[in-house]
Amino acid sequence: MTQIVDRRLNGKNKSAVNRQKFLRRFRQQIKKSIENVIAERSVTDLDKGEKISIPRKDTNEPFFHHGKGGHREVVNPGNKEFQAGDKIPRPEGGAGQGGSEASDSGEGTDDFVFELSREEFLQFFFEDLELPNLVKTKLSTINETKKVRAGHTSEGIPANINIVRSLTGAMGRRIALRAPYKKELKQKQAELDDLLKRHNNTDQIIIDLMDRIEFLKKKIQKVPFIDSFDLRYDNRIDEPKPTTQAVMFCIMDVSGSMGREEKDISKRFFMLLYLFLTRTYEKIQVVFISHHTIASEVDEETFFYSRETGGTVVSSALKLMSSIVQERYPTDDWNIYAAQASDGDNWHNDSSICKKILNEKIMPFVQYFAYIEITADRHQNLWEEYTDIKSDWDNFAMKRIEKIPDIYPVFRKLFKKRNT
Amino acid sequence: MTRKPISETSEWTFELIEEYHTEIERIAGNFGLSTYPVQLEIITTEQMMDAYSSVGMPVGYSHWTFGKEFVNTEKNYKRGQMGLAYEIVINSDPCIAYLMEENSMPMQALVIAHAAYGHNSFFKNNYLFTTWTSADSIIDYLLFAKEYILNCEQRHGEEAVENILDSCHALKNFGVDRYKRPPTLSMQEEQNRQKEREEYLQSQINELWKTIPARQSNTDADQPQHYPDEPQENILYFIEKNAPLLEPWQREIVRIVRKISQYFYPQRQTQVMNEGWATFWHYTILNKLYDEGLCNDGFMIEFLQSHTNVVQQPGFDSPYYSGINPYALGFNMMSDIRRICEHPTDEDREWFPEIAGSNWLETMDFAMRNFKDESFIGQYLSPKVIRDFKLFAITDDDKKRQIEVSAIHNTSGYQSVRKTLSEQYNLGSIEPNIQVYDVDLKGDRTLTLRHTQFQRRPLDKSAHEVLKHAARLWGFNVILESVDDKGRITRTYESKSSSF
Repeated sequence: MTQIVDRRLNGKNKSAVNRQKFLRRFRQQIKKSIENVIAERSVTDLDKGEKISIPRKDTNEPFFHHGKGGHREVVNPGNKEFQAGDKIPRPEGGAGQGGSEASDSGEGTDDFVFELSREEFLQFFFEDLELPNLVKTKLSTINETKKVRAGHTSEGIPANINIVRSLTGAMGRRIALRAPYKKELKQKQAELDDLLKRHNNTDQIIIDLMDRIEFLKKKIQKVPFIDSFDLRYDNRIDEPKPTTQAVMFCIMDVSGSMGREEKDISKRFFMLLYLFLTRTYEKIQVVFISHHTIASEVDEETFFYSRETGGTVVSSALKLMSSIVQERYPTDDWNIYAAQASDGDNWHNDSSICKKILNEKIMPFVQYFAYIEITADRHQNLWEEYTDIKSDWDNFAMKRIEKIPDIYPVFRKLFKKRNT
Repeated sequence: MTRKPISETSEWTFELIEEYHTEIERIAGNFGLSTYPVQLEIITTEQMMDAYSSVGMPVGYSHWTFGKEFVNTEKNYKRGQMGLAYEIVINSDPCIAYLMEENSMPMQALVIAHAAYGHNSFFKNNYLFTTWTSADSIIDYLLFAKEYILNCEQRHGEEAVENILDSCHALKNFGVDRYKRPPTLSMQEEQNRQKEREEYLQSQINELWKTIPARQSNTDADQPQHYPDEPQENILYFIEKNAPLLEPWQREIVRIVRKISQYFYPQRQTQVMNEGWATFWHYTILNKLYDEGLCNDGFMIEFLQSHTNVVQQPGFDSPYYSGINPYALGFNMMSDIRRICEHPTDEDREWFPEIAGSNWLETMDFAMRNFKDESFIGQYLSPKVIRDFKLFAITDDDKKRQIEVSAIHNTSGYQSVRKTLSEQYNLGSIEPNIQVYDVDLKGDRTLTLRHTQFQRRPLDKSAHEVLKHAARLWGFNVILESVDDKGRITRTYESKSSSF
């Protein structure tokens, strides 16, 4: 007969497969949309999903149907003043079909809009960067914990048995349990020795005494060497990873030669470093330094959108960074990371100064310094000076970038270090 | 005699659902509704959206278009655009009706009356459903389809399967037999027969090309020979049986899409009737419940508010207008039939002499069993409903500069409005008439489809896209000829086999 079934618990997320298929199908469009999104997003704003819009005409599935034209008769409701035989100018967008067809004409306003979750967003973000899978999973998991030792417990798995503790416990227990018998045994033994001087060993009193001694010895032997009660296990508990604070310096050349495209690449470069830092440190501050001939600390908006003209003096930015570090970020308390993006153009005499500042005032204090040169031209003098630094310092990485996938190799060592 | 209301608050519990269901079942039985056994399933919002996006079926093969639908449904739901009391009912035996956990008790009762008794009795008794669908085996078949397609994905790659499905979906409205009853479906038989069919079909296809009739005589050769002998309306069926290059698994997928499309064919033809019938019965049953004192005023007010929303019909000039609301038209026509039976006016006696004053239960039962939207409107749309809706017909001819009001709700217009509206629900004229016309057996195997124009209506420009899909399935070039009423080809579309 009638059945009432509670289905609420089964079949959750049944549409996940279809959703994945949908996302894969429109990968190109979504990626394009993501590109626009990244341009608008803040470097530090990577922990949420995103609204994506793709052209509706791409998602439509074609089927045979009638187009406009020909002869047709349509019935509509809600007549107010029409009489049979009235002639009316033809309304735009499908005669008599109401507003349903009109939307086709409005291009762009009729996009298919939907939300990507944070995980899906990161997936697409990573895709261009060609991150290795290990790194991807590492970056997208949020709460990392670490197993730490936390004393000992009386319950656990055999692999965690602490032998020394267990045996110490067993020994203690043995001593404690045997003590009363040992004491009596010693006493009886003395008694026996004493009696044997006066009596025959066939006398009843001797026999009783020896029985008693025998009994005591057995009692002592019966105390087990080790008991499950003695076992002690090493205890490990999950503890959130020790968190410390980090500061990230974004240094970018904003001279006229850096166009929109170069800035877009730089932005992804900075985003990736930021993402890495969020996995390792709880508290992160970001400092933006833009420079042409002089450097200044700016907010993110100005950093990515302002454009200056004039020459380039890279050392000005490095000097500024160094002084900010000394003022605000004592190296005992802060882990310092720096990412620099430039088109490689620098005032000729300045490059050796850069090298000097880096060698003396920056490299000893930073965890990692990554430099990318965004240019298709041949290397300039800054590159050569930096190459020297690279050979001297292990925590310095540099790369010439033409396409977005080139970004990740700059950080390769950084990620590798943390993975092991 | 009045009894105590079953519940006072709007919270639902399993016990309450059972109590309400018992009463609704009793009342429906008293009205003579014949139904499949009912299975009520409580589901979450997410599961409901999921079912919505997979065309209302509890199991289905996976494809990106369902993902798209889900994303869409979810978005609309979050924006609160879906005012309907979510209800989904499956034409199966037992009849499965979904109740969403978020609904209040009155809404659950409404859904039970609407879906589990209204739609259910329609599924069981309407001639289209009894002839064309097999309620006892559809779930099994869908399960078979899901597993089969998953299997294909593993064996041949997701992309290959997706391509075939895309192409089949483009043609799925042309994958139905309109006049021939399809054999029943069953998972067991399907699986047993599937392998057999695979081998057999493949041999047939090869055979087809081997046995191209040799020229018997010179006189014969002059006569152009057509293959197929007569135009075929079921394009997917023709492709499944005749496309030379399809692999067996691809044929099976064509078949699956075709079968499922066939299953939904009656639903596409009975929207007004089906919704009208179900709405009429939830209205009648819940009112009866109220008359017996089984529910209180609060219950009725919540129910009526929802009911009123559902049967609302905005006028053509309203910003909310999106065509005629099948719930509104259906409900009003059904209620009107009851009125004509119980309280006929002179006008009704003139228009409906055979039903005016008759037993309303019998008359409505007859109407429900023996019609589809087109014929139902043609038979039962009364002048009163035309007046209530203020229906008017527009003639739009692209040869004239202006459109013309051809009939309105007055004595001289009733017949014409009724005829036009009835035609508006005729799938045969809504959908373009496209049939398989010819295969060039002796030449390059080009498949020719023929579109017979209906009142000079052209095909939409998307026809090019659809043709690419047809060519992918056929494996060779496909031509689509559009033919006017004088038999002249006015337009030709062509797609090469390698368009994708």
